[in-house]
Amino acid sequence: MRPFDYVRAETTSDALRADGRIIAGGTNLLDLMKLEVETPERLIDVTRLDLREIEAQENSLRIGALVPNSDLAADERVRRDYPVLSRALLAGASGQLRNKATTGGNLMQRTRCPYFYDTAQPCNKREPGTGCQAREGFNRILAILGTSDKCIATHPSDMAVAMRVLDARIEIESPSGETRLLTLDEFYLLPGDTPERETVLEPGELITAVHLPEPPKGRQAYRKVRDRASYAFALVSVGAAVNVEGGKITDAALAFGGLGPRPWRDAGVEEVLIGETPSAAVFDKAADVLLRDARGFGANDFKIPLTRRVLKAVLSELTGVAQ
Amino acid sequence: MKITLSVNGEGRSLDVDPRTSLLDALRDHLDLTGSKKGCDHGQCGACTALVNGRRINSCLTLAVMHEGDEITTIEGLGEPGALSPLQKAFVRHDGYQCGYCTPGQIVSAKGMIAEFSNGWPSHVSEDLEAVPDFSEAEIKERMSGNLCRCSAYPGICAAIRDAAPDEGLGEREAAE
Repeated sequence: MRPFDYVRAETTSDALRADGRIIAGGTNLLDLMKLEVETPERLIDVTRLDLREIEAQENSLRIGALVPNSDLAADERVRRDYPVLSRALLAGASGQLRNKATTGGNLMQRTRCPYFYDTAQPCNKREPGTGCQAREGFNRILAILGTSDKCIATHPSDMAVAMRVLDARIEIESPSGETRLLTLDEFYLLPGDTPERETVLEPGELITAVHLPEPPKGRQAYRKVRDRASYAFALVSVGAAVNVEGGKITDAALAFGGLGPRPWRDAGVEEVLIGETPSAAVFDKAADVLLRDARGFGANDFKIPLTRRVLKAVLSELTGVAQ
Repeated sequence: MKITLSVNGEGRSLDVDPRTSLLDALRDHLDLTGSKKGCDHGQCGACTALVNGRRINSCLTLAVMHEGDEITTIEGLGEPGALSPLQKAFVRHDGYQCGYCTPGQIVSAKGMIAEFSNGWPSHVSEDLEAVPDFSEAEIKERMSGNLCRCSAYPGICAAIRDAAPDEGLGEREAAE
């Protein structure tokens, strides 16, 4: 690991003033620093900041950025009103990691692309301009949507998929003292020609919380398919909230993990479903829309039919209509 | 950097490079070699320690981040001649072969039983809001962060089930 200066922030303004890389749970950052994929010159430890509360506000929940993943998954309000979020968190990582990993850090975690992790290989995300070996290499876990010529990395978070379903907003504080709230689609950038830029977070800015609006109507589910039964990243995951009234789908929110460079949500999929009587044919049509631009790179081609099946299974489970 | 860590109930002063993981501080600076370095990347669980009662991977955190925290290692759970219920159960059920993962398994199980007792659900809990059963499926899922290359899992599971009542299973913590 490269040497670095260690600074402990006692207040949020300390953290915003300090020039360096933020560390909270450290479960991803320290892993990458050991491999020298990440080489920060200064670490700002924010774990002492007062950002550990989950506060109920009017019909909403404000989750402090330092709330550990395990506390968030176990929170009674989250289990009752936002089960898709509890389920997604519990499907991720291990008991030890969930105790350490924070809400803000989970959003900031980096891709698990094997070429990003291997400093002996070229990688446009790690070293812009060096090329992408993943396109023609080991790409089983990599993206089929939202890719570019430069990068086919996936965002690995389960939590973020559920937050995308729930229309969560990320609260960001800037050094000038301003606070802004961004949806996950506004927060995450697609790779395009600059895969090294993953979010719109500016240097010096700090994620301070995530806001969940009123719970969506209807039932929620999170289904994750992976290479082993526990403690593995998603090949494909589907988070969903669907409401059926009078035999018709009235509300639908769906987001997908393992498919793209950010938790993937496509309004077209929801448009196909809303107003329709749930049926296998309608579910297929939703999958057609989701996958219309999907592109495999060989070893991950299987994700295209797999996504269709998982999507149909989740819609079937939530509407009670056979696939 | 000069820091003071509270380990197994004792204040210990040490001078560490900021890069030192909590695991390396325990093993190399404090001679507490019970915690093991397996993968050093948070994938195997051999380094599991309790920080303020919660299990974490001690390889994936910096020692300098833990001033003021209460750290418990396998040495703090029991000693030869005065083994903890989990340690005794691992012997009784042959919950190991080579033994390298064992300290991590035991410390992790200790933390897991407390999580269970606090009513935390898991990925395999059918009802998120119900009190889960302390079943084999629940134990396996909750212990998936501890690998055993010898595959002594049947003995590990049996030992955890056996020792859990004596390790406070069902006793909810009053407050954090």
